[in-house]
Amino acid sequence: MSAAPSAPRRVAIFGATSGIAVALARRFAETGARLVLVARDEEALAGEAADLKVRGAAEVVTQRADFADTAALTPVAEAAWSALGGIDIALVAYGSLPDQAEAQGSAAAAEAALRLNFVSPAILCDALARAFETQRSGTIAVISSVAGDRGRQSNYIYGSAKGGLQRYLEGLRHRLSKAGVAVLDIRPGFVSTKMTAHLPQKGPLWATPEQVAADIMGAVDKGRTVLYTPWFWRFVMLIIRSVPARIFHRTSL
Amino acid sequence: MTALLRDDYQSWGRVEAARHHVMRPDSVAAAARLVANAGDHSAILAYGCGRSYGDVGLNPGGALVDMRALDRFIGFDPATGLLTCEAGVRLADILAHLCRPEADGGGWFLPVTPGTRFVTVGGAIANDVHGKNHHRFGTFGRHVAAVEIARSDGSRLVCSREENADLFAATIGGLGLTGLILTATIQLRRVPGIAMEMEDIRFGGLDDYFTLEAESAGAWEYTAAWIDCLASGRQLGRGLYSRARHAPGVAADPAAREPRLQMPLTPPLSLANGLSVRAFNALYWRKLGRTGRSHRVGAYEPVLYPLDAIGRWNRIYGPKGFFQFQCAIPHAAARETVRAMLDLIARSGQGSMLVVLKTLGDLPSPGLLSFPLPGVTLALDFPNRGPGTRDLLAKLELMAVQAYGRLYPAKDSLMQPDAFRRGYPEFERFRTMIDPRFSSAFARRVGLLPAGEARS
Repeated sequence: MSAAPSAPRRVAIFGATSGIAVALARRFAETGARLVLVARDEEALAGEAADLKVRGAAEVVTQRADFADTAALTPVAEAAWSALGGIDIALVAYGSLPDQAEAQGSAAAAEAALRLNFVSPAILCDALARAFETQRSGTIAVISSVAGDRGRQSNYIYGSAKGGLQRYLEGLRHRLSKAGVAVLDIRPGFVSTKMTAHLPQKGPLWATPEQVAADIMGAVDKGRTVLYTPWFWRFVMLIIRSVPARIFHRTSL
Repeated sequence: MTALLRDDYQSWGRVEAARHHVMRPDSVAAAARLVANAGDHSAILAYGCGRSYGDVGLNPGGALVDMRALDRFIGFDPATGLLTCEAGVRLADILAHLCRPEADGGGWFLPVTPGTRFVTVGGAIANDVHGKNHHRFGTFGRHVAAVEIARSDGSRLVCSREENADLFAATIGGLGLTGLILTATIQLRRVPGIAMEMEDIRFGGLDDYFTLEAESAGAWEYTAAWIDCLASGRQLGRGLYSRARHAPGVAADPAAREPRLQMPLTPPLSLANGLSVRAFNALYWRKLGRTGRSHRVGAYEPVLYPLDAIGRWNRIYGPKGFFQFQCAIPHAAARETVRAMLDLIARSGQGSMLVVLKTLGDLPSPGLLSFPLPGVTLALDFPNRGPGTRDLLAKLELMAVQAYGRLYPAKDSLMQPDAFRRGYPEFERFRTMIDPRFSSAFARRVGLLPAGEARS
């Protein structure tokens, strides 16, 4: 294998111990990238960092952050930015999958889910956007979800947070287009990760984090704006969005 | 940790359907905690890529710990070739990341590899696997510097030849019963070229195999033969002899991390039947053309991993699955026993296209239950045709035992307790090293543990 043709890419991953983030970090490590990993669990971060170095990362910096603490997100973004003197690709990969039944009866649970899945990434992206805007290059890639495409009774607290995030990214993309900064909205379907470990995970709709990471890598390189991954979710969600309410309401989706 | 009840954790032979509680820890710490709290679950067993053929990797009625999320490298020293990694790292990952050709074409390489790279390091240790270079490098366990295991008393022990040496010897080839292997340190091997020089030579009968082996073993580090298990009479034991060695100064791309093709579904009947095996064997035996020889230099994948080209190839045997028989016979009776086995198999007409004959070296295996011994090993697949197949395998097992040989637990589904005891003289010593919260279907079948369902 030949070395990367240009300077190694600087990649910052927020929520770096999530399944999709780890798979993507490994792909970047193999290309000799320099990485900043940000997550809550320092022990897990150290494990991922050691692994990525063996896999070929030129440099791995780890930083601890609690993304639920929205007041502290600006320094989190600044620390990641300064660790490698700039960022070429920022991936925002954290989130939580709340139990819908619990979240719709509890203000605290609903607020925590909305905060971590919408408020927090929106604030973090805002802090990142300022730096990217000055740099006038790079990509902000954020994992939303197909669940954000239509509200469904079984999952609408999570879905609304992700839907809000999709609108936010749309606006951010509009703004940053003037600075030549790409904004990628990643919408995975069912992915076998820690977040979904309590579900049965059987059937053709389930994808592995490795498949999703490969898709993200391709979308970043091609400068895509919205990525459904695996690809068939674009059509699944097109159908789900098109079903008239009076029929949709009879389903248990 | 949440345990899901699943029935899709099978072994490679797919003969048995089993239901397990499955847990999938995502860190070494979580895995160790799970073992420390093993009293909360029914007895446990580690599960990796599911490439053991029989029931060493199954624990029906009990729990499986799916180790595949423990797939991190921990450290690699490019100066010494010493690798430390989590137990769920696959050999395919080591090859892809660390066994890349350097400027001179050489590099670090797996010291020993079985016929598939889609196995975990933990599984390779627990079965103390061997490969085509056994006569030069012995078993995988010989190259393991240390393992860290979690025991149900809450301890985490580093085991090596110096530290906890008894437990180390029990854990190498210990079928996952001595505790949960969390991490391992392996000494990779320096090779002068990642590419290989390989030769295939057609031979007409069993005696010719032994002649070829005698003249090849010194200069060729990878040797094995394919046998046409349908040939009988004067052609009994005919086949193709393969030998290979690293080609100094020649680079080659690492093997792909996943199979290029997948067997997409399980056909309703075995595709390995009398007709197809006859046709395949007739063609394959003639594939070297008039000269009966081929010589090439190239990637190592066709030498080491011919079957890895097609993912899930085990599905070709249909819904009833297949058995694999693999025995090791000491030199004293090897030639006559292998001849008698091949004769019995040829007359039964039950064999498949996959038959391997290999002469093992005399490097001692480090594990109490390691399979290889100085002698000859014969491995072949049998589509599961019910009682007839089981009868044939019972006869072969008896022949192996009478020749003071043994069967390979990693491949076995049917071995009797007596055959296991006689084949593995360290049986009693091993039994004392089993962790009381671990169990497997194999252990209960051969008498390492009381028969019946997994203990709860």
